[in-house]
Amino acid sequence: MKKGGTQGDPARRRFLVDMARTACGAALFGLGVGVYSTTSRALPAEAIRPPGALPETDFQGACVRCGLCVRDCPYDILKLAELGEPVALGTPYFTAREKPCEMCEDIPCVAACPTGALDHGLTDIDDARMGLAVLVDHETCLNYQGLRCDVCYRVCPSIDKAITLELQHNRRSGKHALFIPTVHSDHCTGCGKCERACVLEEAAIKVIPMHLAKGELGHHYRLGWEEKAKAGGSVVTPDVEHRYNLPEGMGYDYEGRGLLQQEPAPAPFGNSALETLNRGRDEAK
Amino acid sequence: MNVVALKVPAVQGERSWWQRHKWLLLRRTSQLSILGLFLLGPWFGLWLVKGNLSSSLTLDVLPLTDPYVTLQVLLSGHLPLAAALTGAVIVSVFYLLVGGRIYCSWVCPVNMVTDAAHWLRERLGIRSTQSFSRNIRYWLLAATLVLSVVTGTLAWELVNPVSLAHRGLIYSMGLGWAVMIAIFLLDLLISRRAWCSHLCPVGAFYSLINRFGLLRIRAARRAACDDCMDCFAVCPEPQVIKPALKGAPKNLTPVIESATCTNCGRCIDVCDKQVFEFGSRFNHSESGVVAMPAAHPREERQ
Repeated sequence: MKKGGTQGDPARRRFLVDMARTACGAALFGLGVGVYSTTSRALPAEAIRPPGALPETDFQGACVRCGLCVRDCPYDILKLAELGEPVALGTPYFTAREKPCEMCEDIPCVAACPTGALDHGLTDIDDARMGLAVLVDHETCLNYQGLRCDVCYRVCPSIDKAITLELQHNRRSGKHALFIPTVHSDHCTGCGKCERACVLEEAAIKVIPMHLAKGELGHHYRLGWEEKAKAGGSVVTPDVEHRYNLPEGMGYDYEGRGLLQQEPAPAPFGNSALETLNRGRDEAK
Repeated sequence: MNVVALKVPAVQGERSWWQRHKWLLLRRTSQLSILGLFLLGPWFGLWLVKGNLSSSLTLDVLPLTDPYVTLQVLLSGHLPLAAALTGAVIVSVFYLLVGGRIYCSWVCPVNMVTDAAHWLRERLGIRSTQSFSRNIRYWLLAATLVLSVVTGTLAWELVNPVSLAHRGLIYSMGLGWAVMIAIFLLDLLISRRAWCSHLCPVGAFYSLINRFGLLRIRAARRAACDDCMDCFAVCPEPQVIKPALKGAPKNLTPVIESATCTNCGRCIDVCDKQVFEFGSRFNHSESGVVAMPAAHPREERQ
């Protein structure tokens, strides 16, 4: 630094330069860390937060990285992110393919959290939404090939609710069924047991963060049939029965039952010969 | 400074080796036993203490939370639960009693790294002219707090070497070793006592608490000072000594009042005239009595 400028008190000048230098250093430091923190908010899809975790940005503002959740997890599933890992330093996560959440009923990890980064409002583990299982690869899933693997379905803690097997026709063999594992977001907690259990080299079913796994209907969208059910009838125009040119005695139900015979025409012959012969006898009387 | 003179004081022999290293050894014992308490669980399955210095639970009842990290949480817009807030209050009150920077010298694991770097630096006689302002830590502290507000996250905790070191030792270090080596090299080669006494925002935060700390070091027998400069040489924050030690003509108190004093007690150790002692910040008397610690800094976590 130059000593004694052409003007002013050198001590004052040095003080101001020092001050500016320090402030600049601190600001550069803040900028660097700030930019780094924005990239750290992108949680990798394979890292799953413990149950009850707040949305990622809120979570990173609330979690003090103490690891009490890690200590209270009876199955040692959670770990704290080390420096160099793509997860925000020191925050807890687990990897479903390695060790999935065992869904303890008392949720000890949430109870242990001193700050509420894991929401203590979560009291029923079935309400946890750590992510959503998605059958990401139809091309390798054994059930899609017509085999009865079913492992993801069998291990699901909410079997027949979070994962169901949906029957489809097997067009390859022409005579068998496909049992398609189908995940239902209203029950799936994202525990990752299905991903862990998938027998493939690389799991065909994976737990994916909610925001990647779920679509979202436009908020102004209304599904007509739901509105109609709520209103107890058409909310647009009154239903007018459609008129079809149909043979006499036939009707058409446009809500699904299709072609109807309103009153079955009498068959020319009865069930027994005697009845046929006697037909009309009463009228003739 | 003259390293040789430091190692072989002229009047050595009047005080025993123990007297000349007492506070250093107590301090190391404190640092290691606090770390040990945290490691009893993961290493031996004795869960007296769970968590780390950011937040912990002792004997399943006592929550302790770092007030600095709690402040960052509050500024990021999240109201922590009662457990964390209670813990932060307990820790704050403790440090208000014993002096905030006791954290730096008696608790923080990074202190052992930087002390080692300083020791080697003196041994090797490394002198470099690089120097930072000692105030930069307050600017960095302010930057970390502003970052919490702006980003809504604990941005500083993404890089904080202090929490990184402690968490790393107890959980897993990952590349954290590289950061520890970087701090060691910074203090060894680039600037004297660069991290703890110039840059660390955690220390800056605790020195703010220390403004009100009750336990102080006092130059109680400053009249006996023979200007050997040993205390200045050994002190991590030498600027704090002068007003107390040399302030008699200006009628300044013998209490070291500067908030950046870490209460490490090394000045008490090295002073052959036994000028320094621990005492209350309100005790402004100069004693002729040989130093007796008025209060013994308890080995306490956080």
